[in-house]
Amino acid sequence: MGEVIEAGSWVQIYQVILPAGERAPQVPEDTKKVPLELKVKGFLKEDAELGDTVKIKTVTNRILEGELIKVNPPYEHKYGKMIPELLQVGPQIREILREEEV
Amino acid sequence: MAVNDYESVMSRKNEIMKKAVGIDYERFAQGKVGFDYERMMSEVGYKLDEIIKIQKETAVGQTPFIELKNISELARKLAPEGKGARIFLKDEAANPSGSYKARRASVSVYHAKKEGYPGVVAATSGNYGAAVASQAVMRNLESIIVQEVFDSRGVGQPEILEKGRKCEAYGSEVLQLSVGPELFYTFLRVLEDTGYFNASLYTPFGIAGVEPLGYEIVQELQERENRNPDAVIITHAGGGNLTGTARGLLKAGADDTKIVAASVDLSGLHMASDHDFNRKSFTTGHTGFGVPFATWPDRADVPRNAARALRYMDDYVTVKQGEVFYITEALAQIEGMERGPAGNTSLAAAFDLAQEMDEDQIIVVQETEYTGAGKHPMAQLNFAKENGIDVRNGNPDEEEAGKSVIIPEHPSQIKAREVDLEKLKSSYLRKVIEETNVKEINDIDLQFLADEIKKTKAETREILEKEFNLSVVGG
Ligand SMILES: Cc1ncc(COP(=O)(O)O)c(C=O)c1O
Repeated sequence: MGEVIEAGSWVQIYQVILPAGERAPQVPEDTKKVPLELKVKGFLKEDAELGDTVKIKTVTNRILEGELIKVNPPYEHKYGKMIPELLQVGPQIREILREEEV
Repeated sequence: MAVNDYESVMSRKNEIMKKAVGIDYERFAQGKVGFDYERMMSEVGYKLDEIIKIQKETAVGQTPFIELKNISELARKLAPEGKGARIFLKDEAANPSGSYKARRASVSVYHAKKEGYPGVVAATSGNYGAAVASQAVMRNLESIIVQEVFDSRGVGQPEILEKGRKCEAYGSEVLQLSVGPELFYTFLRVLEDTGYFNASLYTPFGIAGVEPLGYEIVQELQERENRNPDAVIITHAGGGNLTGTARGLLKAGADDTKIVAASVDLSGLHMASDHDFNRKSFTTGHTGFGVPFATWPDRADVPRNAARALRYMDDYVTVKQGEVFYITEALAQIEGMERGPAGNTSLAAAFDLAQEMDEDQIIVVQETEYTGAGKHPMAQLNFAKENGIDVRNGNPDEEEAGKSVIIPEHPSQIKAREVDLEKLKSSYLRKVIEETNVKEINDIDLQFLADEIKKTKAETREILEKEFNLSVVGG
């Protein structure tokens, strides 16, 4: 048994919108081989566990159903490591600006 | 109960759209191939002075207009004697949601409110989502944004993840989808389910909303320098940025100003490919949208796209991803302005074009966008490296979209590469002929097509007859 997630928690659910075999005809081959998937966030309607099919109420008060995949879904995009390939830009152009006309 | 499988929903498309935008496009039909574009713009949209008033209510527009003295000086150092135009920049990042897209959303959201819609929906992975969400908050409407975000591994494009976060920050419901054009199906279902307004990017509302941007540029430059810009360079994807800005420039009387489109060169990447999706470092302002939308604007989510870039474009240039990252870094390092990369596409091109123009000429870069985690050269280049892209310093001419991102070794390597506009114009005409199946056209059609490709009737007629064997009767 997994951990119980309480009703009212802020969660993310997952749905398959179109299975792999049912993609639109104009879609390229690699995309046809995979399903069209949806993720959306909202408040959990009833106690549930990860992986359960649940209902959520979104911020526009719509009720949507799907597989419960995350609680307090994080934002994980970031800046990341310094990019050495960009480090030269500042010093280089400042140097050009300092150069006397030749 | 409505049946909601893919085919059934798609077959209800016209009906759903009519309700959700409230525009009867058939009213503007004209001749065999076209429609009355100007009548559509004037009857559906709002007038410039009304728009300026609407935008004032929500703090949109009147953004700073700045001379980039150091970047101009740098270009001059690299240019031949007497060359190196002054580069000015419209700091559109100062709009409430951080990009010019606030202008585009403002009129749609105003209109939705006025017409009594309870909320607005937009299908967009870009800055437009945040713009709609922010404008909706200001007018007390609900908003739903439908985004294409992640590939089949569940990996999201950092820039789009950031835009999704921003929408949620404004209290928007964000539907995050994997790669594929069937996003449109989900979008239609949301419209049907909610009865919200379709804040499409491509209605006359959206395009007219951008006109004040062009208008402000002329006003500011007249005030400061007593002249019109020699060229305005516009980051181009779906064509609304260019169309709206150009119309505003014309309304301000700048009819000699050259209109230059600029896109990031992503040729070779397929926009609907799950594999290619996370191999690009730009999610807008690129050729993957710029070329197809220029050559066939009516691929949009409304029957008649109000963004028709070929009507206004004098030149079209491309730049490489690595060049835009370089100039983004330069804008921070020598101008003290840290802005998002996609919005700097036209700046990269302007940097090269300025070197071909005379010293006393003026080139205007008409926008910037906000930056932040995800939506930043560092974020994009780290992401590129994680996805197997070869990121290195070198000659950007060798950059291959989806395989490499090459940061120039020297600013003199930044190049605006000319796109063959004649080819695009022909390809537009071919598409019209295919879609409408016409065998001959009349004078009204010829005038429409000439306007569509910014040519005279005689020139257009010659192309139609020579390249397509299409005869024009009368005229
Ligand atoms: C900052 C920014 N610049 C330029 C563009 C291009 O605008 P359009 O799609 O109207 O050509 C976009 C839109 O995607 C954008 O967000």
